[in-house]
Amino acid sequence: MNWLAVLPEIVLLTMACVVAMVDLWVRDPRRTPTYLLTQLSLAVVATLHLSLFNAGETVYAMQRMVVADPMGHLLGFFASVAMMITLAYARPYAAGRDMLKGELFTLSMFSLLGIMVMLSANNFLVVYLGLELMSLSLYALTAMRRDHLDATEASMKYFVLGALASGFLLYGLSMMYGATGSLEIGEVFKAIGTGQINNSVLVFGVVFIVAGLGFKLGVVPFHMWVPDVYQGAPTAVTLLIGGAPEFAAFAITIRLLVEGMLGLAVDWQQMLIVLSVGSLILGNVAAIAQTNLKRMLAYSTIGQMGFMLLGLCSGVVNGNTLSAANAYSSSMFYIVTYVLTALGTFGVIMLLSRQGFESEQIDDLKGLAQRSPWYAGVMAIFMFSLAGVPPTVGFYAKLAVLQALVSTNVPGLIWLAVIAVVLSLIGAFYYIRLVKIMYFDEPVETAPIAASGDVRALLSVNGLAVLLFGILPGGLMALCAQAIVKALAT
Amino acid sequence: MGVLSLSIWLPIVAGCVLLAIGRDEHARTVRGLALVAAIASFLVTIPLITAFDDGTAAMQFVEDLPWIERFNVRYRLGIDGLSLWFVPLTAFITVIVVISAWEVIEERVNQYMGAFLILSGLMVGVFSALDGLLFYVFFEATLIPMYIIIGVWGGPRRVYAAFKFFLYTLAGSLLMLVALVYLYYKSGGSFDILTWHKLPLPMGAQALLFFAFFAAFAVKVPMWPVHTWLPDAHVEAPTGGSVVLAAIMLKLGAYGFLRFSLPITPDASKEYAWFVIALSLIAVIYIGLVALVQQDMKKLVAYSSIAHMGFVTLGFFLFNDLGVAGGIVQMVSHGFISGAMFLCIGVLYDRVHSREIASYGGVVNTMPKFAAFAVFFGMANAGLPGTSGFVGEWMVILGTVGVNFWLALLAATTLVFGAAYTLWMVKRVYFGPIANEKVRALADVNLREFTMLALLAIAALWMGVYPKPFTDPMQASVTQLLKHVAVSKLN
Repeated sequence: MNWLAVLPEIVLLTMACVVAMVDLWVRDPRRTPTYLLTQLSLAVVATLHLSLFNAGETVYAMQRMVVADPMGHLLGFFASVAMMITLAYARPYAAGRDMLKGELFTLSMFSLLGIMVMLSANNFLVVYLGLELMSLSLYALTAMRRDHLDATEASMKYFVLGALASGFLLYGLSMMYGATGSLEIGEVFKAIGTGQINNSVLVFGVVFIVAGLGFKLGVVPFHMWVPDVYQGAPTAVTLLIGGAPEFAAFAITIRLLVEGMLGLAVDWQQMLIVLSVGSLILGNVAAIAQTNLKRMLAYSTIGQMGFMLLGLCSGVVNGNTLSAANAYSSSMFYIVTYVLTALGTFGVIMLLSRQGFESEQIDDLKGLAQRSPWYAGVMAIFMFSLAGVPPTVGFYAKLAVLQALVSTNVPGLIWLAVIAVVLSLIGAFYYIRLVKIMYFDEPVETAPIAASGDVRALLSVNGLAVLLFGILPGGLMALCAQAIVKALAT
Repeated sequence: MGVLSLSIWLPIVAGCVLLAIGRDEHARTVRGLALVAAIASFLVTIPLITAFDDGTAAMQFVEDLPWIERFNVRYRLGIDGLSLWFVPLTAFITVIVVISAWEVIEERVNQYMGAFLILSGLMVGVFSALDGLLFYVFFEATLIPMYIIIGVWGGPRRVYAAFKFFLYTLAGSLLMLVALVYLYYKSGGSFDILTWHKLPLPMGAQALLFFAFFAAFAVKVPMWPVHTWLPDAHVEAPTGGSVVLAAIMLKLGAYGFLRFSLPITPDASKEYAWFVIALSLIAVIYIGLVALVQQDMKKLVAYSSIAHMGFVTLGFFLFNDLGVAGGIVQMVSHGFISGAMFLCIGVLYDRVHSREIASYGGVVNTMPKFAAFAVFFGMANAGLPGTSGFVGEWMVILGTVGVNFWLALLAATTLVFGAAYTLWMVKRVYFGPIANEKVRALADVNLREFTMLALLAIAALWMGVYPKPFTDPMQASVTQLLKHVAVSKLN
């Protein structure tokens, strides 16, 4: 039994319990000891993941229930860092809304634990276990403002639709189990490879699994919960939902579809193409009509996830997996850069909110360039990055996915690239409209922007990172490629 | 660090510094720093001209570093005779723009100056990039500062104009991105433009690539019928924005034809040359007529820019020495003249706050020095011999005669229309009796305005009287380009 493989998860579990206990004795209304202990634990977990990633080994543990491979560790590192940033942005916001309780930290840590379980799952049931741990923590977090109508409604919607999605996924997984006789992802892969299995059962299973994953990624036609939950949840929780969990959704997509069912790629790639084109159309078009900033960003997320899925559609061409590493690592790069940008965007929204005032209408950003040139500049960088304009990192993410499509040399996929490009042009409209509102309009709100030093510094670093990875994207791309190559080799 | 890197990064870094330090309380310091930075950025480009070797068509001042290793993207810079003049031109115009904004821009001075300096560095990057992706990054990144410039300091309909500018150009260039990625795969994983030049391509692929590039560059030039963003952008942009837009940004598109379309897809270029020539002639004639009826001076000059750029694209697709070289000369010359025309309008606008021709009349009586410049630039715009405007047009017309006399005749109508719309405007604005009290109260140009107009007038005159130093460095590269295009890439 190799405990070292799951060391970060053990540390996180222990610390989550410790934080829950310690918080009982904390009297400080700003929860500083709890907060610092949480951040310290997350930093340790992130460091552990990074050092294990650098070791570069693939280790199976717990009767091959979990696998600790570079992809899991890299995404675990990013998820931990994303969670640290989220909590740093969330603390002042939560303090003004009676949400700054020990539960915020404990539940966040448990949701991160769920994410990490999914990242290193090598068994259908472990995937499901992690998914439920993460989701239940997030449902509770959404409902943390009990007296707030929108938040409660959002939490109900999230819970009901999330449970439905879990049901879909579980049903698909059970069909797979029935057809192949195994819950272990590697065994399923081998069983499908034999070609002895009734194909219609497999395809049925894949349909349900893709539907479940589609819910979790929030892509059309399983996107209905995204706008409502993004808008209704307190912004801090929106970021908890839209940040680190994206890594988990990506990871289980890779684990289930690629590592488990690469043999059925022809089937699921077609489904993903439909999902991604639908998301690109709906996400980009519907976002134009929004007046609520969080709702607009929800549709933007749908569109961005659609773009990310395009990368997953181009892995297997005519039964040939030569381009797989290129395709999947492009998607991984896309999701990493997307989360980095999304964190900053919601960070700015929370920066502008204050006690009794939610800065969530698009018009609340009016004239930000005059109120605070620096944060307007940072927000503009995020918007240009989401629109995919160089020299921000979002451009390289789109480039990576487009080159994966074009490299297949299949005319259909090249046209898909053209469609994606045209739709992201529509998307560019509402991103630069936000820049317009910040720069060209006169401010209506004149209250000074009050924020603690750490949030300001972190937001600046976040903005500069989006720009810096845009000027020098090579390193991050290489890391993603390295992780995916190792994941495919096993 | 090489000369080209310095030319790119010096203004960008200076611009970022200005963005970081500035508040409007230190407007004087900001202006001073911006001028120093702009002049320094211009001075560092001088070695490019002095050390340029006229005898070779190969790339000079080459810098080559790995950038994104996963896609084999390199930080590769270099210039040849085709791109040589645009690097100092960009830096020179930036100096003029900084001077022109001195007293005019009072709000957010640091952002204004910073945006122009950053824009200048990015445009130098476009002209000197030898890596397809590097080119694209610079090409696209220029949209951001220009969008902000039009939207923040522009006129009443600035928001509409800024959006139109951004989305039109983005639409074109995204198709180019797909083309670049396609070329990357066809060439076996290289973004090197010079490698792409040698890449054999079947006709079908060439045609698609040609139109993808055409989409990006035709919008930028702009060619009829995708020119409609330009009058809006020009009218709404602040003076400095119009100057940079007309003097340099339009050249990014024309330069793209030379660097991408012609050498990478030579067969498709020849196949569809009739199409480009037809659009160019429409621009020359139809847009010339449109310019004639404009009431707004900025709009008139904007339409005249489209007509002049039609000459450039016409020259390029004739596939002879005179045409291509004439096109490049026309680009440089138009940089001086159109920039100066917009500055003249800016000088008037700062005093009267109107761009309508009808608001003026008899300006020569109150502003004699200024009127002399304005008339000179008007003549140059109309292509008077002895000014730079004549050289380029003359070369292109001569080149056209070599291909087809009737085409040349159509192209030569520009000499009539150009003279008509420019001189008619000059007559209505500057000559005649003093039209109203506002004109009577006008004060002549001050030293600052005199300096910037004089600098441009010297440049336009020098290039008109003695163009040899401008055309000599181009010769080898133009010949090489035509030789390259003459060889079919099929099979």
